Amino acid sequence: MSTLEQASKGGKQGEVRYLTPLNIDTTTAKKYCRFKKAGIKYIDYKDADYLLKFVNEQGKILPRRLTGTSLKYQRKLSVAIKRARHLALMPYVGDLLK
Amino acid sequence: MNHYETVFILNPVLSDDQVKEAVQKYADFITSNGGTLVHQEDWGLKKFAYPIQNKKSGFYHLFDFQISSDAINAFELEFRRDERVMRYLTVKLDKHAEAWAEKRRERQTVKS
Repeated sequence: MSTLEQASKGGKQGEVRYLTPLNIDTTTAKKYCRFKKAGIKYIDYKDADYLLKFVNEQGKILPRRLTGTSLKYQRKLSVAIKRARHLALMPYVGDLLK
Repeated sequence: MNHYETVFILNPVLSDDQVKEAVQKYADFITSNGGTLVHQEDWGLKKFAYPIQNKKSGFYHLFDFQISSDAINAFELEFRRDERVMRYLTVKLDKHAEAWAEKRRERQTVKS
């Protein structure tokens, strides 16, 4: 009951405390590696439309922290994107790709 | 003998006959150096994602072939010497890539 006493004394004003935890869902959906899940073994550099999912609007490769790709496939993915860039299938620098 | 895949871009100012001649030249190069051309693809005139040599598009061609590794250097040298070729990329295919190439070919034959 310290909060009430503090509130009455004007100690910690405006702080809201709950006796029971609020029923808010704080768990986020688990990220997964889409290559592992779909069983993709080889990432094709010729398929630029597919690789476009793994770059941001400027054409930069997204980190696996965001996409959830496993390290093994992130390495293959980055090679594939770089090959596609060399063949002008994807831009090195872009603007408003999506 | 290794399995390779090459994509090269020909200059868009070439006429149809010149393109055919250039493609034929590289196809002949593979067969005359003891290789076998497994598959050949013409992607036609494609737009670039960024300008190359002030051009906005080019003729894309894909070769899928088997050749000994010694011949690859000479093959790429031909590309570098040829003014008609704007870009090229040769990739050695591993077993997963071969499986994918096979699948891709089947899909295209169904489509066409």
